[in-house]
Amino acid sequence: MARSKTMDASAKKRRAKETEKKIQRLAERVVAQIKKEANPEVKIPIRALSNVQFNERKRLIELGDREQSREFFNVSMAKKFMQTFLVASAVKEHLLESGKTTSIRDLYYMTKHTIRGSKENTFDDQKESDPVIEDLEVSLDSLREELHLFAAKRGSMVGPMVIVDAGDEIDLSRMGSGGWSIPSITEDYVIQFKKTSAKYILLVEKEAVWHRLNEDKFWRKHSCMLVTGNGQATRGVRRLLQRLAHELKLPLYVLVDNDPWGLYIYSVVKQGSISLAYESMRMAVPDARFIGLRTSDFKKFGLRDDVKIALNKEDEARAKQMLAYPWFAKKQWQKEIKEMLKEKFKMEIEALSNKDISFVTDVYIPQKIKRGDYLV
Amino acid sequence: MSEQVEFTFGGSGGRGARVRPQRKTAAKRSAGKKKRPADEEGGPAPSDSSTGRKGRGSGGGRERRVTAETMAAQQREISVSEFFTKNRHLLGFDNPAKALLTTVKEAVDNSLDACEEAHILPEIVVEIQQVNETRFRVIVEDNGPGIVKAQIPKIFAKLLYGSKFHRLRQSRGQQGIGISAAGLYGQLTTGKPMVITSRTGKGRPAHRIEVQIDTTKNKPKILADDEVAEWHRPHGTRVEIELTGKHRGGRTGVDAYIEQTVVANPHVAVTYRQPKGDEQVYPHASEDLPREPAEIKPHPHGVELGMLMRMLQDARGQKVKGALSTVFSRVSPATAEKVCKAAGVPSSHTATSLTGEQMEALHTALGETKVMAPPSSCVVPIGEELIMAGLRRRYDAEFFEASTRSPSVYRGNPFVVECGLAYGGSLPADEQAEILRFANRVPLQYQPKACAITEGVYATNWKAYTLQQPKGSLPVAPLAVFIHLASVWVPFTSEAKEAVAQYDEIMREIKFALQDCGRKLASKLRARERMESESKRRGLFERYIPELGQSLGAITGRAPKSVEKLFFAALPQFIRVAEIAEAAAAEHAGDDKLAAKKTGKKTGKKKAAKKSTPVKKASRAASAKKGATKKPAAKIKRAPAKKARSKRAPAKKRPRRKG
Repeated sequence: MARSKTMDASAKKRRAKETEKKIQRLAERVVAQIKKEANPEVKIPIRALSNVQFNERKRLIELGDREQSREFFNVSMAKKFMQTFLVASAVKEHLLESGKTTSIRDLYYMTKHTIRGSKENTFDDQKESDPVIEDLEVSLDSLREELHLFAAKRGSMVGPMVIVDAGDEIDLSRMGSGGWSIPSITEDYVIQFKKTSAKYILLVEKEAVWHRLNEDKFWRKHSCMLVTGNGQATRGVRRLLQRLAHELKLPLYVLVDNDPWGLYIYSVVKQGSISLAYESMRMAVPDARFIGLRTSDFKKFGLRDDVKIALNKEDEARAKQMLAYPWFAKKQWQKEIKEMLKEKFKMEIEALSNKDISFVTDVYIPQKIKRGDYLV
Repeated sequence: MSEQVEFTFGGSGGRGARVRPQRKTAAKRSAGKKKRPADEEGGPAPSDSSTGRKGRGSGGGRERRVTAETMAAQQREISVSEFFTKNRHLLGFDNPAKALLTTVKEAVDNSLDACEEAHILPEIVVEIQQVNETRFRVIVEDNGPGIVKAQIPKIFAKLLYGSKFHRLRQSRGQQGIGISAAGLYGQLTTGKPMVITSRTGKGRPAHRIEVQIDTTKNKPKILADDEVAEWHRPHGTRVEIELTGKHRGGRTGVDAYIEQTVVANPHVAVTYRQPKGDEQVYPHASEDLPREPAEIKPHPHGVELGMLMRMLQDARGQKVKGALSTVFSRVSPATAEKVCKAAGVPSSHTATSLTGEQMEALHTALGETKVMAPPSSCVVPIGEELIMAGLRRRYDAEFFEASTRSPSVYRGNPFVVECGLAYGGSLPADEQAEILRFANRVPLQYQPKACAITEGVYATNWKAYTLQQPKGSLPVAPLAVFIHLASVWVPFTSEAKEAVAQYDEIMREIKFALQDCGRKLASKLRARERMESESKRRGLFERYIPELGQSLGAITGRAPKSVEKLFFAALPQFIRVAEIAEAAAAEHAGDDKLAAKKTGKKTGKKKAAKKSTPVKKASRAASAKKGATKKPAAKIKRAPAKKARSKRAPAKKRPRRKG
């Protein structure tokens, strides 16, 4: 144990050095440009729908090779350019060189200050600094953890499994009502899987549903890992899911709300997202199984009319947008989305409790899994 | 001044009624109105039939004359002052404030017309002294040709005596009774005579005459007549009138009148002394007198029936055809023949022998026959440069624009619309635009809502010229809009000559003039905006450079200051403030066309430079791995300054050598 820890430490140091060098190269290039009185620029791969493609073979969303160039002498980019290097220098000076790790919120406060001779702040909101960090990640081709950064953690897991988290052995079947909260970095140098009797993983969108399942000890009865991402799964959760699915060869079932947003949560887990397309290969689980809620479940489980919620304009627009995504091009998905649009209603998972409080645990999920009633 | 016509007031009804329709209305009304006092005063009532005839009477039949003369004998008892007090509003003396304005206006109009006719660059002094709370003394002095001594009493102390009466020519000319009416008003309200001082030339004596109107006879009464040994003007006239009035500011005040007159008459120098002792001096903004408007004969399309009748009667001994072709402009004998045919009137008839029906038919035919537009030489616009000069004299603004339309015709009357804009500077930004209306260089101060000019400003879409304009409102901007309508005959909505009627042709010209000016203003505003955004750009970069110096310095281990220096050295390449400021300065100097050409060229270059961007990007992509060797070419995009241009060539060569 102690040995592996020191190895980790030295590996970490080596990785930090490498990232430092990358940042340095980026800065040197800018200095060279400005010396020639040219407009300094940073190349940043474009993280937008226009520059992602769906890899049919790998069933992943991948980042294309189109880059945008962020120039300093350009009114619309000058501030971002300045911010990019502000973040880069803070990462290098305060994190990499000292070997410390911090949250992206912390970094926001580290880099926020009033610009000399003005009333303008370097950053006004964390919403401004987060994309700059992502930009830096892609332009350096480094992962967030390699910049010694992490996001606020979100998501919980319980189940019949023993893991090692930062050297501490943890039995996930003895986590009480709260569960083990999933850290934002779930790489193998932080988390190792020891032993498990789980036969599959169940990801639920909502914490409330996760609580229901945990209280009913669903995971014990059905030998599964019970995970929630509290909405859209964070990178830590997604990385963990991929590792569970790949390393332990466990099938992943996903239970989300019956609305475009729920469906997209499943999609991100399955094939990655547009804005983090460059990390898809480390996070996506292309075999993830969608067990609902589906529009057809309304009839299938004889739900009452009062659980229906009418689709609003935003829902419809989002659904139509999704119809055009190549990763929803397959027949079953087109059919699923079109049916939702046709029926004009959405449902939350909690709608199942309308029948009985434990209907989801006792009937819905077991039946879906047993009958193989899922979409991929 | 040469053609002074006497119009006796009811003394001989026939002559009085023969005034041109344009003026006639006033005369006619006076004829109509003055009857009533006679009746009221209980003179022996004339027979009903004769009264009725007199009231209508402009036909001038023999029988009527006799009746009219009988009438006239009885009417002698009516005083002019009675008439005047009852009809003050017609002449602009409705209330004390307006009376003061009208008095100043009549005197100034007379002075300016006289100067211009004598080809003298006008220098006038307007002084208003407050005698007591309600009494003012108006003094207007000019450097005009002066007035022959014998004429002074008649001109100033006889109603309806003047020179501008029978001409069809662009002049300020108000009612023709203007100045004498002002004198009469003064006399009626204060009992004081008018004091006229005039000299006709060097070496000749200056006369100072105190004169009153004998209101019962409408004749001047000279109270004093002195020779003034020393008068500071070699030639000119000074008029002093004491009257009951009210001095007030605002749109309808004398102050506004003076200010606006100054704007529309840049060739006039004005010294204005206000009651409280403030003195404003407006020197000449232009040393050139406006071109003298040509006098024209009336155009058949503009003529009214009454006028036609009078013209034909005047053409004694002529045949209809001959009369038509001599009294009208653009009517050849052939055209006259055509008109006669269309009217069914034999062209060989004697002009004076036509019946009422025949004349009416002739009038209709005249309106329907195609006739060439009248010559535009009779209309004299102020001109774009002088409008701007006038506006500059009045407003401390940032931009001035003007545009003069080419002459156009409404109902046979040639007219020209011109417009000027003053924008920015000390003009209030959050108020509605100020509108200055002028007809033949005279400010229109009353009834803005009824006026075609105001309507034109409302109807223009100012938003298209980057100005704010709430729905159905005037633009809200630091803006003054100047509009001048010059015409031989300005179509006023009423006798009071306060608002211009909304003829389609005039509305259209107003619209075009405003649009033209608006476009010019907008292009300047946009240029300024660009300049401002350039300086903003500069500020933006300058703000961020120290931050970048810190960050890049920390990362690369350089001193932040040295990195900063590099950035500041490159900064000028990416800013084009200096150049735009230059262009703006050139435009401001009045070198408009040149500046416009310059900017035109520049924008062209900018476009060319922008077009090169894709090339630049491609080369950049190609040389991405080679490092930044080709990058200097990128400079061109943001650097049209001369310095950058000279650098362009070596910048292009450099990578070639390396490659």
